[in-house]
Amino acid sequence: MKQAFIRMGPALPLGLAYLAFFVAPLLMLVAVSFFADDKLTVLGLDNWRKFLFDSFHWKVVADTLLLGLKAVCATVLLGLPLALVWRGASPFWQRVLLFVAVMPLLTSVVVRTFAWIVILGREGVVNQLVLGLGLAAEPLRLLQTELGLVISLTQIEMPLLLLPLLSVMARFDPNLLDASASLGASPWRTLFKVVLPLVAPGLAAGALLVFASATTAFISQSVIGGGRLVYLPSLVWQQAMINANWPFAAVVAIVLLVSVSAVIAVIALAGRIAGGRVHGAAA
Amino acid sequence: MARRHSAGEVSYALIIGGLAALALVILIGPVLVVLATSFTDSRSIRFPPQGFSFRWYELLLDEVRSRPIHRAAGNTLHVAALAAGLATLGGTAAALALAEAKGRWARVADAFFMSPLVLPGLAFGLAALMYFTLLGFRPSLELLVCGHLIVVVPFVLRTVGASLSQRDPALLDASASLGASRLYTFRRVTLPLIMPGIAAGGFLAFMASVDQVPVSLFLSSARTDMLPIRMWGMMESTLDVRVAAVSGTLIFVAFVLMLVMERFTGLTKRMRG
Repeated sequence: MKQAFIRMGPALPLGLAYLAFFVAPLLMLVAVSFFADDKLTVLGLDNWRKFLFDSFHWKVVADTLLLGLKAVCATVLLGLPLALVWRGASPFWQRVLLFVAVMPLLTSVVVRTFAWIVILGREGVVNQLVLGLGLAAEPLRLLQTELGLVISLTQIEMPLLLLPLLSVMARFDPNLLDASASLGASPWRTLFKVVLPLVAPGLAAGALLVFASATTAFISQSVIGGGRLVYLPSLVWQQAMINANWPFAAVVAIVLLVSVSAVIAVIALAGRIAGGRVHGAAA
Repeated sequence: MARRHSAGEVSYALIIGGLAALALVILIGPVLVVLATSFTDSRSIRFPPQGFSFRWYELLLDEVRSRPIHRAAGNTLHVAALAAGLATLGGTAAALALAEAKGRWARVADAFFMSPLVLPGLAFGLAALMYFTLLGFRPSLELLVCGHLIVVVPFVLRTVGASLSQRDPALLDASASLGASRLYTFRRVTLPLIMPGIAAGGFLAFMASVDQVPVSLFLSSARTDMLPIRMWGMMESTLDVRVAAVSGTLIFVAFVLMLVMERFTGLTKRMRG
């Protein structure tokens, strides 16, 4: 036991920093949520009651989690095919594709959000195309709709899905695909019966990051989603910075934290079960 | 050519290929659109841009009229350099300790240190604001460094941890059996082996700090403005074309830095691994 402590010694500075700047603030958040008034003088469950007994707030929770799930589905729908193509590409093209996948991650989230305003706006790229081709008589409304927000989040969050997914794709044995094909399986059957179970852990790891990032993406949500779409982050922001109601903001922040963590735990568990089944069977 | 393709093969190639192509367009398209827009000659942001000019970049460089942007950029670089530096030191030390100590507690500690990566940053940002304010601190760059440090450390832990696990244990044994002390082995064997991992982790931490929104949203103030928050303000209010010029600059810098890091540390492989 003592030796274990000595070995963990180099982790001590970071551990202390986490205690002072991470654990303590989160405990403070919980403490603040149990005050009944803005001045933090009276203890009470009033703000918890205010949140829990109002169906509007529950709708915001549901909308936020759904937004995260929609972003996960959209990124998987496009990211998985890209990963499959990457797996079959030559080493040179693999490098190029990897670079393309990572590049957006290093261009600021705000820049990526801005790009979608230019693309989805009234005079944006999409509307120029749609009007030019005569597909619609007047500009489509894409900004300030959830569809527009999901499309933007697909690009903004896709690198987070691709990185873990590509790393499991790179590791699995290509002979399995040949074996499946030579036994007469169609490519679709191979995809669903062989490839998907094998890459499930990477897919889950990526989906988890996408979900966490999409549900807390305040700037994208507020700039592209606009004022009429309310998600938990904008509720936190409003209550804390505009209404200056810290206790209530703390309640909303804790709900955000707990609900997002719960979904993340489920995704992680699903990935582990899927991965365990395959690798357990192989052993 | 003689072989006939089944309907399944054709539909697979078409659908998977089509979706992958769409994914590529969605990934790269927006970056190109921003770059093109930033060279527009008109006062409004529209695509395709009208005319070609550097006027928005010139306005961006104008020291008087773009002073708030310059100050925000300076603050951002200052905070990112400190946060990434501290994260690299603390993170590398912690990764070394975690690699040595195996067992349940090491796994718990690892999960704890990595948790800021998946925890809603906004909840943490608010928590940090309340914590520092109730302790009596005024908004400052030092507080921003503390907040950023927590959210960028996981990048260092991951890349350094990965390069530690790839290190060949035989090398350590060989060094020890030749009479080298543990410190000497660390300095001459381990450190050179994990150096690219440390560099990649520090770089990712730096970029993550530059890009940080949820913590800066709560901890920055008018005096300690940060670039992403400033850009958000510009997008919400006037949709100033300078946003495009700032974006173009950021894209260009990220692109060059990434090429350099790719050359020296094999960055993309490390991010994948």
